[in-house]
Formats: sequence, structure tokens, C-alpha cells
Amino acid sequence: MKMAQAQNDNSVVATPELSRRQFLKVSAISGVGFSIGLSFSHAASAEAQQPSAMGHFIKIAKDNSITVVIKHLDKGQGVTTGLTAIVAEEMNADWAQMRWEFAPADAQRYNNLFWGPYQGTGGSTSIANSWMQLRQAGAAAKAMLIAAAAKQWAVAESEVVAENGQLTAAGRKATYGDMAEAAALIAPPEKPTLKTPEEFTLVGKSVPRIDSKEKSTGKANYTIDVRLPGMLVAAIARPDKFGATLKSVNSDKARAVAGVESVITTPRGVAVIAKNHWAARQGKQALTIEWDDSQAETRSSTQLWSDFKALAETDGAVARNDGDFAKAIAEAAQTVELEFEFPYLSHATMEPMNCVVDLQKDACHIYTGSQIPGIDQYVASQVTGLPVEKVFVHTQFAGGSFGRRAVPDSDFVMDAVVIAKAINGAAPICMQWSREDDIKAGRYRPMAFHKFRAAIDQQNGISGWHHRIVSQSILRGTPFEGLITGPLDFAIAEGGANLPYQIPNFKFDGHEAKAGVPVLWWRSVGHSHNAYATEVFFDEVAHAAGQDPAALRQQLLKEHPRHLAVLNKVLAESNWGSALPAGTGLGVAVHESFASFVAQVAQVKVNDDKSYQVEKVWCAVDCGVAVTPDVIVAQMEGGIGYGLSAILGEAITLDGGKVVQNNFYDYTPLRINQMPDIKVFIMPSDVAPTGVGEPGTPPIGPAVANAIRSVTGKAVTKLPIGNRLV
Amino acid sequence: MISFELNGDKVTYEGDPNMPLLWYVRDELNLTGSKFGCGVGMCGACTMHLNGQPVRSCSTPMAAANGARVTTIEGLNSEAAVAIQQAWQKLDVVQCGYCQSGQVMSATALLENNKQPNDQDIDMAMQGNICRCATYHRIRAAIHEASDTLAKEVS
Repeated sequence: MKMAQAQNDNSVVATPELSRRQFLKVSAISGVGFSIGLSFSHAASAEAQQPSAMGHFIKIAKDNSITVVIKHLDKGQGVTTGLTAIVAEEMNADWAQMRWEFAPADAQRYNNLFWGPYQGTGGSTSIANSWMQLRQAGAAAKAMLIAAAAKQWAVAESEVVAENGQLTAAGRKATYGDMAEAAALIAPPEKPTLKTPEEFTLVGKSVPRIDSKEKSTGKANYTIDVRLPGMLVAAIARPDKFGATLKSVNSDKARAVAGVESVITTPRGVAVIAKNHWAARQGKQALTIEWDDSQAETRSSTQLWSDFKALAETDGAVARNDGDFAKAIAEAAQTVELEFEFPYLSHATMEPMNCVVDLQKDACHIYTGSQIPGIDQYVASQVTGLPVEKVFVHTQFAGGSFGRRAVPDSDFVMDAVVIAKAINGAAPICMQWSREDDIKAGRYRPMAFHKFRAAIDQQNGISGWHHRIVSQSILRGTPFEGLITGPLDFAIAEGGANLPYQIPNFKFDGHEAKAGVPVLWWRSVGHSHNAYATEVFFDEVAHAAGQDPAALRQQLLKEHPRHLAVLNKVLAESNWGSALPAGTGLGVAVHESFASFVAQVAQVKVNDDKSYQVEKVWCAVDCGVAVTPDVIVAQMEGGIGYGLSAILGEAITLDGGKVVQNNFYDYTPLRINQMPDIKVFIMPSDVAPTGVGEPGTPPIGPAVANAIRSVTGKAVTKLPIGNRLV
Repeated sequence: MISFELNGDKVTYEGDPNMPLLWYVRDELNLTGSKFGCGVGMCGACTMHLNGQPVRSCSTPMAAANGARVTTIEGLNSEAAVAIQQAWQKLDVVQCGYCQSGQVMSATALLENNKQPNDQDIDMAMQGNICRCATYHRIRAAIHEASDTLAKEVS
């Protein structure tokens, strides 16, 4: 599959440094071709049947409802609330009149401004790339409504007040809905006047989540809830090793299961098509399959670790090299070394991957939660032979994603489309993976081996730092390969190569290890292991140098005021340095990811039997302007929980190439009794907003490990930690 | 034939008695609020009430529902349920929301049995419900909030 390469300077899936300067530049570009994208509709639901005819970003209906078209996937991170709030703010709308709907797949109108020509959700960019775009759209809509009212009432525009979804002037009054048709005839302003931050009444004020009610009452619809007339359910038996193919299948017993309609073999596995989920699952279990392993990855985890460690003994591709590390080591008063092992991790979303496909003679309708709908559209077009514009993606709420629903080869969508094609669209198909399918399907956070060496000089300062990493590339060999600019996939190096601490002799190199296990971005991508490795090693070095880890961070972050500010905030809030009960310790970590800055302090109690409990977490975040503060707090809480879950109990391991784990009894996410008390502090800022979906995750692991270290004196270098310390 | 009460209505079923209650409710009755998460009773996304007690419907065979009173999220209307769902909205507990029907069902059953649970009671009652968005912090707070609401209504 070949897709045009995006421009490197503003196409960011997960680049480590999305600078403010870049953001402003991108916004300015988008401003040049600004189209207001308004459509005034009486019947939004009828329009939704024809996605290409949908309005651009804002629809104002006669009943005075304002619908914001959401170009990003909401997988829990709250963009439906955040993006709607931005429009409501600039329109001076009443929050109660706001509605939302997901955009269709249409990269022309709904591209992520940071990704160039692609529509997509990822890299914590939704609010950041939409901020100016939706402010301008909202401001333009308001200006057009005011102009229409002024014209109709024969008053000056300056006399018309637009407030709470109402227009008033000289004793006249109309709702936005009343004025919508007239406003549609007004030419959009070229440069709509934006509100000043002092004028904001919604942004920064925590509007209630727009999806709380439907999600608290079971009414929210996900892919698994899509119902189409005549729809059948498909379960698919996939190869048990990565790269294996089908050798033979006996489906006699499966066909005999009541409710099973047919069994088909596809290049991706054997699909059982049935009247309902239970029959499909029963049918799948009744299959007898032999796989051809000749092209499969058959190594076990132990072998992979040996291979990774052997690579780590050799020089890697250099991503950063300041000063002269070898000289620093030669002149060091002491040296410190440490190695870290990070396992493969599954996203393990609550909704196992699924996709509904309705393949018709001249159109293919896809119903799923997708982070990159354009790829799914393209893949479906390739499989069905239909032109891309005849593939329609109907975005559904995603029951979690964390990166899993952004697959460069559309794995689970492909499964569904291939099945629909194999039956020539005889019926709409709901392709549903089991939990086991989902756990074993790959697309993991890559395994990573880190090797560190630091030099401490005569003055007990850090004079040298060498960080070497061995991990799999996420981008290499995908349509996103063009985003790699240096010798090493930045998704491996991010958060490690750009370590902010002022260290004169600094070297980062790495190897892109080869393995047949498919890997993918997993909430915070490379930061998920680089933050852990660097921040835990930092404490190791600080202790060796006889320095307080927090004070040493403060000293070495003098040139990084935003890092320093979040760090100082959590140190103050957690009373860093004050006395604690025996066996209880604090650990701190600070990390920048996706242009947001987060510091966390964790309080951990270590018991005599080596069991432990993460009791409290203090978290400070600087994400620029806080658009919806309570959603930001929620993302910090959730990001902490997700990161904690991984370091406490998650690992995917291989035995002879087969994934060992099956379900939530052996892949064990965090449960409520393991959740610490969390306090989140949002730093005041007037800088353009940056993301919050991922940045809460990287610091929690090292904060917890450093807290454990403060009690035991021993760095935790192998994850997951498990129920007891070793 | 299997017959039972579902959300106050009598239903009868003549198919495979081993079919899990979850798939009957979702696929045959088209009530989609209860979710499929793991199929082995380990995540709680499918939680329903069977005679007032929370059960994992993905691993509850239809045979076990015979003669029982089954409630799904669509049929929740007790005082405790209303308090729970209002607290969920007041504190904006949800994120992706996929597990939340199950969370609400477990939390409601807890409050129906124990109007003033402490943190330990909450941990015990809610431990079977996984939330990958880790909304646990707010789930705990919302259960306390709902408990306070119920206490005020009584006094």
C-alpha cells in the first residue's frame, strides 16, 4: 500500500517536538484557505444519510440547535465536549443548544491540520489542531448571524448583540435558528474577529461532558451496537502465530452448529458467519485448523530478549550526540550503569476490535470507530474494487482505543471487508473479535531494551549520559515511514533522545530490532518506556552522586521553565522532603510529551512481605490554554491509571511464537482497589492548547518506581512489577 | 422452555439453554446497553441483575435465568439507580463509556444492599468491573455522592 507522504514539518503522528512556532505556522496556513463550512439545515438526520453532502463544521437548525461536526474520533478522551465548547464559545451560544455529530471520512474537509492531507486522531492533537480552525468557524458563524439580523432589522451590525444563542437589537429579538436561513446568504467574513481570552465564558470553565448522560444510561452506541436489516455476525479464526497462513481447515462441525450460515476461508483466516454472536463463537470453536508456520515468527520472548541484548552490545544509529561522552567517562569520578526491560503491551480496549460492513453493489459502508478513517477507506476500496469516494465511513463511539484503532494496514477493518467481499455483500456483516482474538492479534507497544551509562564528575555533577535503546520500529514499512527523518524511528527515540536535563556530554543511539510481531502506537508511544527508563536512571545517578533527585532535577532544568514549573508545583503540593511513615516513600518524575508538560509525585507504601500499594499521586500539567479543565483532569487521572496498569501487571509474552496471554485472567489490567487517590493541578497558561490524551501516562511509572526506590534503595528495572517486589 | 421476567416483562425462550444471557438480551431482544467485553466473567461490562444480585451475563447460561427476575441497564429505575446515574453525570465519570453500563449496574446493586458503603466496600463490590480508561477515581467518588443523596432523601 502506497500513500503520499505527508510533509514532515507539520504532519505529526507522534513527533517529539511539536513546537509552538510550528503550531502557529500551521494555523496561519489553515487561515489562508479558510472556508467557513456552514450549512443551515432543517433535517440533519436526512443529510447524514449522504455523508458527502454534510455540512462542514457547524450546522444551525431552525429549532435553534447548533450541531458541531467532530472531525476526530472520541474514544473517551472527550473531544466531542472540547471541540463543541470551542465553537459554542466563539458563537456565544448557550451550552444547552449545542449538539455534535461525527464527521464522515473526508480528508479534504476534515484533515488533521498537523498531519497535512490526512484525517486522523492521534498524537494528542485533536484540540491543538482544531483550536484556531473551530474558533474561526464559530466566530464567522456569529458574524454572519449578526450581519443577517442587522440587514433584516435595518440596524447597524454594531447594534446587534449575540448572546446565549439569541440575537437582540433595538427591541427586536430572534434566535440563531430563526436567523439561520438569512445568515446562510451572507458572505463569510475573511477574517472573523475572535474573542479575547478575557471574554471567554466556556473555555477554561469546565462545561459538563456532552456524552455523560447517554454513557451513564446504556444508550450510547458503539460499533457492536450497530444494527442493520438482515445483518449477520462473523467470527474469525486467525493464525496462532504472526506470519502463519492457513494450511487446511475442517469446518464440518462448525457448519453443523445451529445458527451458522456459512464458513469461508479468507487470506486472513477462517470466518464463521452466523445469525448471532453466540452461534458465530460456537462455530469458530468447532473449527479444526492447521496453520502453515513456514513464514511465521516462532521465537519465544526469552530468545527475543537475548537477541535484543546482543544488539545492545553494538553501536546503534545516533539520534543525538552532544560533547564527548567517551571523554566524560574517562574523566569521571564514578560511573553508573543500568539496564531496563519493557515487555510488549496490549491496548486491551474494553470493546474488542470490531467493524460492521455493508457492501452494496456500488457502495461500501463501514461502521466503526477509527482513528484514521482515510486508511480504512483506502483499504476497503482496494479490497472491494470500488472507488475511494464510494466507501463511506460512519464513525461510532469507540470503546477505548489508546492507539489501537489507528492501524496502518487497517487490520480489523480489513477482516470485516474481506468477509463482506467473500460473500459478495449478501448481507451486512458485524465482524467481532473475541477478547482472546484481541489480546493475541499483535499491534503491541513494542518490547524495548534500554542500556544506560552515566559519568559523575568530581563535583558530583552529571557530566555524561549515554542512553542506548533496542526496540522495534512502529513506522518503518508502513505508509507513515516518510515521517522518519533521522537514522532512527522517532517513535523509538522520543522522550529519550530529547532529554531536557542540562548534561554536557550526551549520547543517544539505538537499533531498530526486527521481529515478526506487529507493533503499534500505544498511549504515549515511545514516551511510555523512555520516560520510565530515563527518569528511573536519573534517580539512580542522583543517589550515586549523593544528591536529592528532586533538587538535582530543579538544578538541571533551569533552561526549561515549563518543566520546572510543573515539577515545582507537585513538589510543593506533595510536601516533598517532609517526614513519612516507615515503609512509605515519594518518587517524582517530569516529562514532556506531545508538547505538554507533566510532573507527578507518587506515594507508595512498601510492606514487609514485599507487597506494596500506590496510595497517592499528585499531578501537575501544563497543556497551554485549558479548554475544558475537567476533561483535562479526567485525562490525567485516566492516563495515570493506564500507565500504572501497565507497570503493575501487564505483559504480552511469546512461547514458540504463540502469544501466551488469553484474556483478563492472564493479561491483568488495573482494578479499582489498585487505583490511588489523585490530585491534578492545571498550570495557568495563555499559550495555544496542546494535548492531554497521552501526556498523563509517561510520568507515573517512573514516579512509582522512584518512590519504591526511596524505600528499598533498589531501582525497578524490569516490568511489570507484579504483586510483590523482587 | 425457559421463562423469566426481564425489566418487568415476561419473556420466554426455547433455544440453546447454554446460550449466555448477554447474547440473548443483545441479539434477540435488541437491548444493547449491556456490553460484551471478555466472555468469561472477568471484566463486568455485561453486568445485569439476577434477582437483585449483580451477575456477569456473558457467562450466565439462559438456563440459570429460568424463573428469575432479570434487570438490565435499560430497566433500571430504583431509587439507588437514579441516584447512581445522577451522580455519574454530576461528576462526569465516563470516558469511552463502554464499561459504564456494567459499572452502573454493579454500583446500583451495591447501594441497594448497603446504603452507606465505605471505600473498602466499594473496592470489594466494584473489583469485578474493569475500566481501561481508569475512571475508578470518579466511580468511587460518584458512589459516595449517590450514597449521600440517598441519605438526604431518607432524613
